[in-house]
Amino acid sequence: MTDILVIGVGNPLRGDDGAGLEVARLVRAANVPGVEVWEHGGEPAALIDRLEGAGSVYLVDAVRGGRPGSIQRFDATEEELGQLPPSATSHHVGLGEAIELGRALGRLPERLVVFGITGRDFTLGAGLTRAVARSARSVASRIVAEVGRGDTQKPRPARRPT
Amino acid sequence: MTHSSRALSVAALARVEGEGAMFVRTRDGVVEEVRLDIYEPPRFFEAFLRGRRYTEPPDITARICGICPVAYQMSACQAIERALGVEIPEPIQLLRRLLYCGEWIESHALHIYLLHAPDFLGYESAIEMAKDHGPIVERGLQLKKSGNEILELIGGRAIHPINVKIGGFFRAPTRAELRPLAERLAWARDAALETVRWVAGFEFPDFEQDYEFVAMRHPEEYAIARGRIVSNRGLDIDVAEFEEHVVETQVPHSTALHARLVERGTYMAGPLARYALNGEQLSPLAREAAAEAGLEAVCRNPFRSIVVRAVETLYACDEALRLIEGYDEPDRPSVDAPPRASVGHGCTEAPRGILYHRYAIDEEGLIAEARITPPTSQNQAQIEDDLRRFVEPRLDLPDDELTRRCEQAIRNYDPCISCATHFLDLKVVRA
Repeated sequence: MTDILVIGVGNPLRGDDGAGLEVARLVRAANVPGVEVWEHGGEPAALIDRLEGAGSVYLVDAVRGGRPGSIQRFDATEEELGQLPPSATSHHVGLGEAIELGRALGRLPERLVVFGITGRDFTLGAGLTRAVARSARSVASRIVAEVGRGDTQKPRPARRPT
Repeated sequence: MTHSSRALSVAALARVEGEGAMFVRTRDGVVEEVRLDIYEPPRFFEAFLRGRRYTEPPDITARICGICPVAYQMSACQAIERALGVEIPEPIQLLRRLLYCGEWIESHALHIYLLHAPDFLGYESAIEMAKDHGPIVERGLQLKKSGNEILELIGGRAIHPINVKIGGFFRAPTRAELRPLAERLAWARDAALETVRWVAGFEFPDFEQDYEFVAMRHPEEYAIARGRIVSNRGLDIDVAEFEEHVVETQVPHSTALHARLVERGTYMAGPLARYALNGEQLSPLAREAAAEAGLEAVCRNPFRSIVVRAVETLYACDEALRLIEGYDEPDRPSVDAPPRASVGHGCTEAPRGILYHRYAIDEEGLIAEARITPPTSQNQAQIEDDLRRFVEPRLDLPDDELTRRCEQAIRNYDPCISCATHFLDLKVVRA
């Protein structure tokens, strides 16, 4: 059982799809005690396994749709992910689907917060675009601040303005 | 209405790997147009490989598709090793085969349980299906995970960031390290057998086609990572002859290339092709399960591919256990593979069909040219042909039902759009 787990999902070779991975690296670099960080390609079976039994999980992925660099935050323990824009690349089963599958199977953690960062360029071989890199830093800071404050023990409002 | 013409369109194809669009137009009961649309320039990642070291394609191409990284690694390794004239010792070949079994298990389990079964059971998605059939979906996820564990242990992080390399592996596992895997696989084999029985009970549309099946063949094994390329109509070629027999043409509606056999036309790669051409080389357990599931020696109904995929999953578990049982640690995990100016070809059986690579390497060991023909672009013309023939006798169905059935027909091929290209959207139109 992990108390706090931060999962960055993405493909590092697909441009802005690496946003979730970048957030994971930044959170790891902040070295907050009691926080585990995992970089993941989005494979659903392993993801659902990892979610189960965890206390508080932050999941970060690139999404498509909307203004590049915009950040959306969902409390997936409170609401279904119907309104989350599609995952940016082909994670075979999308992140939203994996989470909802976990919910249907009763395997979600006590608390699951999802950040979606809208990407612009998913070209093979490209790095993060500037707006997305900035948003990745912003999301990482928010997560580090929250877990550092111990906010994760309290239920959050269903959806916070971003 | 003087003409009963209609167009069915599905803008976002669900439950295929990646994204795609299907478009079908009919007029007066005749199908006028069927197409799968693909938008991204398909040769982008070939350009991406040019100028890189000859050792890099296994790592880079493995990231093209999240679902079949091993297929990319294995076809790349085979092509480059052939270019370099390197002979891979048998123990390393067998370890690669074991790794590949892991990929078949995880990819097939994903497709069977999460992508294709909902079609047969009348659910919109695996999520809806899980609400009614939780334990079955759990079994699918655990089966998939068993395959992933092989990948993790032999191919990945457990040993080395990416353990596969030109010439073999960075490190070979010990017998002791493989033991827990065997325990897990014994469970998976039972689960796979249950899977065959489960999918055999589905209802299948009455639809058969006289396909030209194309698959690898090897004299001593159900071909996965080595062999010649053969068909049920006399094709029998070395991998190096692939481009003399398969032409890829640009079609107007798509930036992807459609593959056809020279002077023969469309063909089918994947589970049905492997089963038709090599079925007698399956293990006794897998053959028995296939017979029990009502499969004959050749299956021409693409909707039954889910049954063949389940049989192959069972085989992959059985074969992985056999390979672990007989495993001897190689003396060295890899053989030397110094560069030289040359060209090499590789072809292996990705879960969804043959995956072809060709690399030209210069004297400094840099990639001068790369060519990759993924299974989905080989099957694409055949998928369109299936749709055309499938739709016409079913035009009396309402649009939503016909569209749903078309999507199911596309999923018969477990298409990996992210391999064929990156983007695809699905539509059906009756104008």
